[in-house]
Amino acid sequence: MSDPSVYDPEPVDYIAQTRQTYSRLGYEPYRWATHGRSVELARPEKPLSLCRVALVASGGIYRVGQVAFHHRDDTSHRKIPGNTHTDDLRISHFAYDTTAARRDPNVVFPIEVLRRLASDGTIGSLAPDALSFMGGIYSQRRVKEELIPALAADLAAMAADVVLLVPV
Amino acid sequence: MNPPRALFVDYPLGHTAGRPGQPDEQLKIVGEALRLLHTETGSGAIRQIALSWPEPWKSGARDRDHSRTIRLDAPQYERAADRLAHE
Repeated sequence: MSDPSVYDPEPVDYIAQTRQTYSRLGYEPYRWATHGRSVELARPEKPLSLCRVALVASGGIYRVGQVAFHHRDDTSHRKIPGNTHTDDLRISHFAYDTTAARRDPNVVFPIEVLRRLASDGTIGSLAPDALSFMGGIYSQRRVKEELIPALAADLAAMAADVVLLVPV
Repeated sequence: MNPPRALFVDYPLGHTAGRPGQPDEQLKIVGEALRLLHTETGSGAIRQIALSWPEPWKSGARDRDHSRTIRLDAPQYERAADRLAHE
């Protein structure tokens, strides 16, 4: 058995933390988005090596030349061309430590990783654009009505077979 | 979130696809996530990848300060030059 001072297998309970924080701040209890049913499992019709893979990330990534995200319920998203050099990627997010992501955007936006998987044939191709947005939106309604339909429309237009979601 | 399949990476927040400057580890994580597509799972299955952060970090994550910061509705550029590049 590994030394528990080094390896602690118990996941950090962020849900309990959020409950405590809201209570401590005197807010009403946090309301998570919940779904009454499980998602229907789509079975891939072809091998990964023939699939077009799209990346969607919530870590607040933008490309130099694009407008940065703001931090107050920003429901916009950015289309980042799949061939963008990581030196041209920037990170703006208020809810996590962005030190690692600014040093190497792949940790929240694994675009170089997907390019490697495309060039070695593991995946068929990378969708023309990766999509990114700012995750800290405190309105379920605006996520559902504004952000999600816009992302879904872009994914459908790119004919992505597979979507890799990278949350933070 | 209710994804049909998920890979859990038990790393500090902000390292969903691995550690910076570790392309082989990032490849392992992304590759394993994509391979779940052709793995028989029930809907909503969460699989954990066999990776552990090289040093203790969870006590800090459990004790972190959760006080609210002011969230501004003007674009928050990483670098000042990015604003000029956009304009």
